[in-house]
Amino acid sequence: MTVSTTTDQALFDTLLRLGDDALILGQRLSEWTGACPTVEVDLSIANMALDLIGQATHFLHAAGKVEGQGRDGDALAFRRDVLDFRNCLLVEQPNGDFARTMARQFLFSTWQKMLFEHLVSSQDELIAAVAAKAVKEVTYHQELAEEWVLRLGDGTDESHKRMQDGFDWLWRFVPELFDMDAVATEMAGRGIGADVSAFRADYDRKVQAVIEEATLTIPQDQRPILGGRQGHHGEHLGHLLATMQFLPRAYPDATW
Amino acid sequence: MVGVEGKAEDKAPPLDGEGLGRGDVPGKAALYDVDHPHPTLPHRGGGLEAIWDVLRDVPDPEIPAVSVVDLGIVRDVTADRVTLTPTYTGCPATLVIETMVRAALDEAGFDGVRIETVLSPPWTTDWITDEGKAKLKAYGIALPQPAGERAVECPQCGSTDTEEVSRFGSTPCKALWRCRDCLEPFDLFKCH
Repeated sequence: MTVSTTTDQALFDTLLRLGDDALILGQRLSEWTGACPTVEVDLSIANMALDLIGQATHFLHAAGKVEGQGRDGDALAFRRDVLDFRNCLLVEQPNGDFARTMARQFLFSTWQKMLFEHLVSSQDELIAAVAAKAVKEVTYHQELAEEWVLRLGDGTDESHKRMQDGFDWLWRFVPELFDMDAVATEMAGRGIGADVSAFRADYDRKVQAVIEEATLTIPQDQRPILGGRQGHHGEHLGHLLATMQFLPRAYPDATW
Repeated sequence: MVGVEGKAEDKAPPLDGEGLGRGDVPGKAALYDVDHPHPTLPHRGGGLEAIWDVLRDVPDPEIPAVSVVDLGIVRDVTADRVTLTPTYTGCPATLVIETMVRAALDEAGFDGVRIETVLSPPWTTDWITDEGKAKLKAYGIALPQPAGERAVECPQCGSTDTEEVSRFGSTPCKALWRCRDCLEPFDLFKCH
């Protein structure tokens, strides 16, 4: 457990949330490398993972500086345990089949793009700079995921069914993306974070339009599952970290 | 991991106990600047142009046909600082580029020149120089078209009867395209 004496806990938490979302989804996407349906998709997914890990690098490095205890981005990525991660639950969900991976990507990238469009005007220089840089990359992620949702949803009976299953399963993790807890509210008030509720309607409109165009059915609202932002994760994250953190934990301070 | 701004590791490790890089001995970094302000070597002329010349000889590690200057990732040069910017936040070449620029500067006697990495304002394909664009085309990489002009020209045969194969290509900054006339595949620098 981390005993934190940071002077700006809310900013630290915010940077961890941004960084951990990107890091964990980047790691999940990397699991597809070499196993995608086609080589083009393999490249696409690896490239998206790379973009996300690049975002994570910047956010976590900044988080370490705000914390002021000598931890850098690597230390935060590889030497924290499950309870100290602040990613949303959506990104840690297992890949499932390709349709579920694309449903997850579409739900997340559509949200992340709108988030970064807001964060471009953050009072925090680093957050604004990374958002301005990354929003262009995320635009590609969003388009790619949207195209696959359309193609699979409006494809064969089998692909349609799988795409629908993907959305049905992941739908319960969407409300967490728009949860304004104390940290998020403070950060929005200080002009550093985004008020995510401001783009909830836009998000719903966009997601519904694509789902309908893909001839899919908007899933029934389910009991939302929250807690990732407070470190309450599902068992999946522990397994992901066991893989991701193995090397630096087994060989601390290894260099090459 | 890549820092957002200049840091101590910007300098390459010393090759040996002598010569270049002596300032990198742990704990001596601060002293180095104070006690040994590194004079630019007289035969290099000492001006900023000499530093630019060094940078013009540093190739992009993934597209060696163009230099880091051609690509527009050298943001600024002053007497004691070179400012770089990544093309993509997760560009794996960023660290390699820093290392190569460091080595080139050291070799040319500019080991007192710091390297800083900045993100803002974000790099765009507009910053690729005209010379860089010509070199990319000759290397077989098409360039993003100005807004409103959708036709992508095949760098091999010049045909505009082309199609996108995959929006994500061999590197994050490129997409994979194909020419319907000469049937050759080619890379397109994504519009950014």
